[in-house]
Amino acid sequence: MNRYSKRTFALEMAMIAAALVVAFPVYVLINLAIRPTTDTSSPIRPTTRPTLENFTQAWQEGGLGGALMNSLIVTTVSVLIVLAVSSLAAYPIARATAKWSRGFFLLIMLGLILPFQLAALPLYQTMRDLGLLGSVWGLILFYSGLQVPFTTFLYVGFMRALPRDFEDAALIDGARPLEAFRHVVFPMLKPITVTALVLNAISVWNDFFTPLLYLSGSDQQTVPVALAGFVGQFVSDWNLIFAALVISIVPILAVYFALQRSIINGFAGGLKG
Amino acid sequence: MGSGTTPPWWFAAPAMLLFAFVVLIPSARGVYYAFTDWDGLSPDFSWVGFGNFTDMVNDPTARQAIWHTLLIAVAITIIQNGFGLLLALGVNTVIKSRNVLRVFLFAPAVVTPIVTAYLWRNLLGPDGAVNSLLGAVGLDSWQQDWLGDPQLALWSIVGVIVWQFGGYSMVIFLAGLQSVPKEIYEAAAIDGTGPVRRFWFVVRPLLAPAFTINLMLSIIGGIKLFDQVYALTGGGPGHATDTISTLIYKEAFTLGEFGYSIALAVVLTIIVAVASTSQYFVLARNERAAS
Repeated sequence: MNRYSKRTFALEMAMIAAALVVAFPVYVLINLAIRPTTDTSSPIRPTTRPTLENFTQAWQEGGLGGALMNSLIVTTVSVLIVLAVSSLAAYPIARATAKWSRGFFLLIMLGLILPFQLAALPLYQTMRDLGLLGSVWGLILFYSGLQVPFTTFLYVGFMRALPRDFEDAALIDGARPLEAFRHVVFPMLKPITVTALVLNAISVWNDFFTPLLYLSGSDQQTVPVALAGFVGQFVSDWNLIFAALVISIVPILAVYFALQRSIINGFAGGLKG
Repeated sequence: MGSGTTPPWWFAAPAMLLFAFVVLIPSARGVYYAFTDWDGLSPDFSWVGFGNFTDMVNDPTARQAIWHTLLIAVAITIIQNGFGLLLALGVNTVIKSRNVLRVFLFAPAVVTPIVTAYLWRNLLGPDGAVNSLLGAVGLDSWQQDWLGDPQLALWSIVGVIVWQFGGYSMVIFLAGLQSVPKEIYEAAAIDGTGPVRRFWFVVRPLLAPAFTINLMLSIIGGIKLFDQVYALTGGGPGHATDTISTLIYKEAFTLGEFGYSIALAVVLTIIVAVASTSQYFVLARNERAAS
């Protein structure tokens, strides 16, 4: 069954056809983004006079530089916080047998189910009262809490399957619990940390609903909100809009293609965890 | 080992405090506000009991939005996972392009949903690329106003999501398929078992964990759907594609009906909770039965 037969060839062609269906929108995206606004021929006809003008204009008028910077700050800081507090929290939850440990775990499970829409409006009021609306710090605080249940859940599952021998040895040698965690336990968590990093970074970077609520009307924007504003402003100037979309996805796709193995394994990793 | 080696409970404190501040306390307040006429601003509001919920029952827009939400969730779950499984089976073979295809087909899943949604809003327009392509291959009669036709718009949204996340389902199924030991599969092949029977009796039971994850992800993602609807149709035409989430947003931020909006969020929460717990138990039972 490992031979390359005629049927394998037919399958290969069918799969490539599926890939072309997936690629078609991307072709149109680039084709329109590099086409002068005056060119109104069919969107599927290849551009005869490619230009980068749309990109320059989109960059200048869309505030995309600032938005990319904000997205980068929000994603980096909040993911680091989430990984730190969640891995630390998972340690006693996975190890202790006391009632509070089980209670925390049940709260975490509850957090997995609660849709953010329920907390969104009351939290909006709190953020407003604290003066955190329209600030990237409010958003960082928000993600640092929102991503805790999912991340802790991943860590607890992984940690329960780990042997205790190394940390016990360290503790018997007189290490304080925090040192044992930092030097012995956390390094063993690397596979699940990669998974948690990938999944959190992508969901924070791509989130639209939250910044739409908490940043609207301010000059602090993340990429998705800046794009929504851009589309609202340039309604039907699709060449320009497409250039902005291309600018926004280049960083993600660059990271994706550079680290594709870790990223795909990260997504599939929840399965083994 | 005695309790001396148990890590202290306060290790969990920073995470639990953040979680309580952002999720637990606001959610609890949300449930309370759902029974009031709170407008989001003034400190004065009054208890209205189940008023918001009876309003919902009498509001055709809300009833439709709940129906659309369920329809989208079920449609995405079936179609996206169907394609995902077929792609995974296709990639998990000896075809030469398998590694490239895996990376390529998954790529849309990492792109910001609002970006793919704006892209498709143009592609699915009356003069968009989809209609141009249909025209170019002589299928003019298939051309549609994909997002402007109330009968079609919901299905167009489903199509966009399947396009973006089919590769995601594929990757999860693929991880499951690769955990199927080659020997088992080859033994079945030598026994002369056909590919369909081989899939059904050998591969499918071993894919149970992948099914659990995929079905959970797609059904819950489908129920909460907001970004794509907001960018593709804004809930329109009329209310033809409004989901619970888009209605929550509109009621709160364009109509100022915070109490009603939160009542919708409570309904959303109940639907998510019922869907995820029942699915969890059914699939966990199947998983046990399969192993």
